Amino acid sequence: MPEGSRQRMRINFRKLYSFICFRPIYEPGHAQIGQKGYSRVVYCNDPDHLEAVKLNYRGNYVSTTKYSAANFIPKSLFEQFRRVANIYFLVVACVSFSPLAPYSSLSILAPLIVVIGATMAKEGVEDWRRRKQDIEANNRKVKVYGCNNTFCETNWKKVRVGDIVKVCKDEYFPADLVLLSSSHEGGVCYVETMNLDGETNLKLKHALDVTSHLHDEKFFEEFRAVIKCEDPNEKLYSFIGTLSYDGKEYPLSIQQLLLRGSKLKNTEYVFGCAIFTGHDTKVMQNATHPPSKRSKIEKKMDKIIYLLFSTLVLIAFVGSLFFGIETKKDFSDGKLRRWYLRPDDTTVFYDPKRPSLSAFFHFLTALMLYGYLIPISLYISIEIVKVLQSIFINQDQHMYDEETDKPARARTSNLNEELGQVDIILSDKTGTLTCNSMEFVKCSIAGTAYGRGMTEVERAVTRRRGDAVPESVDGVQGLEGDAVDSGKSVRGFNFRDERIMNGQWVKRCDSKIIQKFFQVLAICHTAIPEENEQSGEIMYEAESPDEAAFLIAAKEIGFKCKRVTQTSISLCELDTENGKMEDRDYERLQVLEFNTSRKRMSVIVRNKEKKLLLLSKGADSVMFGRLSKDGRSFESQTKDHIKKYAEAGLRIMVIAYRELDEEEYKSWEKEFSKAKTSVTAERDELAEKVADKIERNLTLLGATAVEDKLQKGVPECIDTLAQAGIGLWVLTGDKMETAINIGYACSLLREDMKQIVITLDSPDIAASENQGDREAKASLESIRKQIGEGMSQINSTKESDIMYGLIIDGKSLEFSLKKDIDKSFFELATKCNTVICCRSSPKQKALVTRLVKRETGNTTLAIGDGANDVGMLQEADIGVGISGVEGMQAVMASDFAIAQFRFLERLLLVHGHWCYRRIAMMICYFFYKNIAFGFTLFWFEAHASFSGQPAYNDWYMSFYNVFFTSLPVIALGVFDQDVSAPLCVKYPFLYLEGVENILFSWPRILGWMFNGFLTSIIIFSLTTKSMIKQAFRRDGQVVDYEVLGVTMYTCVVWAVNCQMAISINYFTWIHHFFIWGSIAFWYKFLVIYGYLPPEMSTTAYRAFVEECAPSVLYWLVTLLVVICTLLPYFSFRAFQTRFYPMYHDRIQRKQYEGLEAENSDELPRQVRKKRHLRKTLMQRNS
Amino acid sequence: MSSRGAASSSGGPQLGTSESSTRISKKPKYSRFTQQELPACKPILTPGWVIATFIAVGIIFIPIGLASLFASQRVVEIVHRYDEECVPPIFSGNQLAYIQSSITNKTCTKNFTVPKRMKGPVYVYYQLDNFYQNHRRYVKSRSDKQLRSKAGELDTSTCKPEATTGNNSPIVPCGLIAWSLFNDTYGFSMKNKVLNVSKKNIAWKSDQEHKFGSDVYPKNFQSGGLIGGAKLNASIPLSEQEDLIVWMRTAALPTFRKLYGKIETDLEANDEITVVIQNNYNTYSFGGRKRLVLSTTSWIGGKNDFLGIAYLTVGGFCMFLAIGFILLYVIKPRPLGDPAFLSWNRNPSGIMN
Repeated sequence: MPEGSRQRMRINFRKLYSFICFRPIYEPGHAQIGQKGYSRVVYCNDPDHLEAVKLNYRGNYVSTTKYSAANFIPKSLFEQFRRVANIYFLVVACVSFSPLAPYSSLSILAPLIVVIGATMAKEGVEDWRRRKQDIEANNRKVKVYGCNNTFCETNWKKVRVGDIVKVCKDEYFPADLVLLSSSHEGGVCYVETMNLDGETNLKLKHALDVTSHLHDEKFFEEFRAVIKCEDPNEKLYSFIGTLSYDGKEYPLSIQQLLLRGSKLKNTEYVFGCAIFTGHDTKVMQNATHPPSKRSKIEKKMDKIIYLLFSTLVLIAFVGSLFFGIETKKDFSDGKLRRWYLRPDDTTVFYDPKRPSLSAFFHFLTALMLYGYLIPISLYISIEIVKVLQSIFINQDQHMYDEETDKPARARTSNLNEELGQVDIILSDKTGTLTCNSMEFVKCSIAGTAYGRGMTEVERAVTRRRGDAVPESVDGVQGLEGDAVDSGKSVRGFNFRDERIMNGQWVKRCDSKIIQKFFQVLAICHTAIPEENEQSGEIMYEAESPDEAAFLIAAKEIGFKCKRVTQTSISLCELDTENGKMEDRDYERLQVLEFNTSRKRMSVIVRNKEKKLLLLSKGADSVMFGRLSKDGRSFESQTKDHIKKYAEAGLRIMVIAYRELDEEEYKSWEKEFSKAKTSVTAERDELAEKVADKIERNLTLLGATAVEDKLQKGVPECIDTLAQAGIGLWVLTGDKMETAINIGYACSLLREDMKQIVITLDSPDIAASENQGDREAKASLESIRKQIGEGMSQINSTKESDIMYGLIIDGKSLEFSLKKDIDKSFFELATKCNTVICCRSSPKQKALVTRLVKRETGNTTLAIGDGANDVGMLQEADIGVGISGVEGMQAVMASDFAIAQFRFLERLLLVHGHWCYRRIAMMICYFFYKNIAFGFTLFWFEAHASFSGQPAYNDWYMSFYNVFFTSLPVIALGVFDQDVSAPLCVKYPFLYLEGVENILFSWPRILGWMFNGFLTSIIIFSLTTKSMIKQAFRRDGQVVDYEVLGVTMYTCVVWAVNCQMAISINYFTWIHHFFIWGSIAFWYKFLVIYGYLPPEMSTTAYRAFVEECAPSVLYWLVTLLVVICTLLPYFSFRAFQTRFYPMYHDRIQRKQYEGLEAENSDELPRQVRKKRHLRKTLMQRNS
Repeated sequence: MSSRGAASSSGGPQLGTSESSTRISKKPKYSRFTQQELPACKPILTPGWVIATFIAVGIIFIPIGLASLFASQRVVEIVHRYDEECVPPIFSGNQLAYIQSSITNKTCTKNFTVPKRMKGPVYVYYQLDNFYQNHRRYVKSRSDKQLRSKAGELDTSTCKPEATTGNNSPIVPCGLIAWSLFNDTYGFSMKNKVLNVSKKNIAWKSDQEHKFGSDVYPKNFQSGGLIGGAKLNASIPLSEQEDLIVWMRTAALPTFRKLYGKIETDLEANDEITVVIQNNYNTYSFGGRKRLVLSTTSWIGGKNDFLGIAYLTVGGFCMFLAIGFILLYVIKPRPLGDPAFLSWNRNPSGIMN
């Protein structure tokens, strides 16, 4: 840190600095102090005060875990049993201890315990990770005033309300602190709030005057004060409180509040008083759990579960009906029918005298028995699979970004399959499509255009025209050998022009103007230079990347801004007289800061020659009106250049200056400080008006053009996504022209597209607004008319080949989203291939997202990188954060984080497609296997007069879901690939399988269920028919209950596992191992279980070794049944792949036949057309 | 470092370069597993494979079908229903009264001819219809502990209502299954010579050795008010009572056969066999039929043509499908890349499933 920062300055620079930053605010809220909602009282430096102890505020211990050691078991169990299926199994397990149960209670309890235990273990591990993070945060060190009247280090968790805390440079604040003083004179400090709002610029915080002298430890011995303030709340941008000190009350505002989670920068140390600790801090209050999202497939799965429950109830009811009738017949007129059941002496469960009651009890039994229709392990299997899928996403090398060293990250595993069904992508522009690293590429000084680089947009335009893209432009190559340029590329600076670089500008005839131009760039800013101690290089901490780009440009040309203090700026620049570099100080008198309504920024400085200068930069729309008559000498050339720059997609700033005379400045300064210190509500407006007075009669110097660089691979990625049938909406805060240009650059808009522009930027609308048309009727009408025109334009063209792009600005969007016209707006928007919403606010972004989701019913994916995208990310079905440079806020709110926009292609087309396919297949198969199994039980029941006797041994049944069939499904869910990753990208239309939800459509689900039903019939009927009465071995033994159970079960295990084998597309050794292993395990289990003592193995005792295995019939039946169960699906697929192939069938075939090179070009166009048709179809239906 | 962001740029190396060089890269490690590039075979249903599969199934199934059919055909089986015939005509209106009466003569003599040579051993079965041995109440009504050893004699909780006698002494073997033991008997003779029916080794070895104790003797059996089925000789241990052991193996379905005994000698064609049936067992109340079955066996077991026919049918069907597919490909070859066959150019319902 340069010694300057420790300098005590004589001038109270609060007056000097911006008028926005500080104000002695008395907000209306201050009157409420002490009332409800504003009742917090903090005894500064006196946490042991009697009253303070009485108040008993929470400590600074923070816990973000879901569970604690004490409540883990009850709470996580509760979470588990919120699922309907689990409740069902719990009830079944409880009832299974009663005589109602068709099987032993242990056999139903065991799988439930395994399943619930596994899920709980997963929860526990996740929570343990969170706990470790908490422990780390709670045990960080901070200096707290206390022991022996000095500051000593303690853990964060021990900080109490009222403690005085010393925070040093680059440390995080342990709690919400009121800033008392800092190392800087006047008690200012800089904080970085990136963790809170994602903004990278530094924010200035300011202590109250009365406390700002407390910059040394010794003062705190005496210091006592009371702070009264609002109760803990989640508002990050407001704070109301008063400080009572020395009998006087001083208002506190957000300007004095240092929030936990932010970081001290550029300030040696600060002293603060903790007022909110632990969970009371604003950042913790804000930490609401993001809305939990569930994928569409999972929602649909619930419906299927309900369907299965209904089936279960239905078949149980049918069974009970028959059971009741049969039981009733057993005993009539004193005659026993089935005497061997002793119906004359029975329990209530089989009582022929009370058949309806017995039937009811039987109904309960049947509900338990047919419970195998509901796959108990479905949820846990899906969860395991999803976690593994997330690992694959995290581990994918193709989604790793070298530059930022960030791999992709699936922050939630719930939505993997949703990635395969995305219909519309809503994208932010800055930082998402573009890098948000501004590069100074061109400038226009004194009517001459400098800068020879070619922008991305220009390249795109050239490409569209079919010209060859010149690798380099004339002159640039000649420079390559030069000293400055040799190989070293400077971040943020892509300016190439030999006329002014390397000091050549001095030789230009208008060198004076060039000098002034760059001086403005170097002086008119609010950035802070920071010198790297090792290399001596200077970096700039700027509020906006544009500003940093200007400073770097100035530095590269030879105007290095070396040091900024509150009152002065020192440049290292060329002395034109002696040609040497020298340091020059400029006294900074006023900063008139940038804001969105002013669209300009100015500084007033006094230079070495004691001349007063006003240096100004701003948007072209406001600056040209402020030029003096003589200052417009090259206005028209500059405007020409600006137009060209805008077309090239560049951001433009107009640079101007003015010389002030002392008199004028003095009178103005008085007025300005009066305006700033006024205590009225209109203070800001007043100050703005005064500032406006001096920012006039400027002299134009030129204009700068900064390129917002497109991220790598964006156009290609967008093109691929379009081929996959995914619509892209860009929601940006940029100007319409910039947005359209970027649209062209990233191939969102194409020359052959027709544009529909909806805007309120017309003179008559502006006029009506000025007349105070508060209702904005004219605007509404105008929008309605424009939408109508757009619709008729689309409808009039019969050709469906023409594509449309809709461009709408923020103001129009606001009207379009109003209740009565949002329908027609969406009708128009969904018919367009591309939609660009410019000038939209974060709230509008979220609103658009919600409306798109609601109106179209499609799956939406929002992608963004900044804090302003958080609403959008949370609103969309899937939020993808760009873990680039703009802080972590978007990433924290996102479901997936990737480093570059172009990774979206792989995330959706490869991982999304695979995950969708896997989960869809897996669920279908799950239902198949459980229906196939469950219905064999039912068929057996039907032959056991529905008495509730299961066809199999208890443990065969309870192991069914857990051991014999679960692992292959998991392997399917984790590994299956219809086509390889490169092909997924090569044939984006494959993605339509997900968008159209082909693999999880009702016909397909019901088809699988029917297949299961069919399998059960085949198994039961073939087995019983072929081996029931006659001897099944040479030694004359006949089939009994035990043998039939083993045979049927063997068939089930074989059938479902082989069904899996023929339905997967990707056979690795893992699949082989699991599928054949499961079957082998069944036999092993049978042998081992059969060798257990008969009291344990009961009906399975030696059933395989002694009875089944030596029988040829047993093996022949198995073969017959298994082949028969596979035939329907196999024939269907054989027929389908040939005559109605699905998308992946086609690709597989092509791949197989090696014809991939041919006719792959026609496909994309067809898909596009199809997409269009699909949309119109959807419209008609809705 | 990430906090620096784009805004903080400089011409030279940044502050943290020294750190970043030592920092471990977060680049995911390459392994075929995590990159999902495991070697795999990717089965595709090409026409060749489909046809080959169908033909293969046909080729395997048809011979198996023929062999089993042949084996089944070779088995000689005599089935004789006697439940109706063995009730004297005067009781035909009230069969139940006849069977329940203790004074009526239950003996009934039947003759039949051996149609073909039956090579010994000839297995003798009784077959019952409509008898739900798989009824849950029935299946559960036994005590395995009691059957296994003398120590478990008192374990009769699952046997109600045939658990104990009136004075609470346990019934051995208890439960409905044992109580309803089949008690028809058959006496065979040929040419006035008694045909010996061996009752040995008709039960599973494991049952005899492990499930029915050699120290467990029948006790209080069939001594209650209501007599179910057969009585047991109280001096023979349960492990030797093979009829009981066979009966206690409950059948899977309401129609079942159970092994009665074995005739070890060969029976020649046209031999006249006389059976003296003691028709004691009551199946009349629930309309169950009784049959006497004599059968030889082959490698496939008893006589059942179903398996062979099923194999032949499935094999034939697969052959038919194979031919069908071949014809379809010949008649209607689908040129690859013909957009008319793309599913999205068809009726959307074509995509289903």
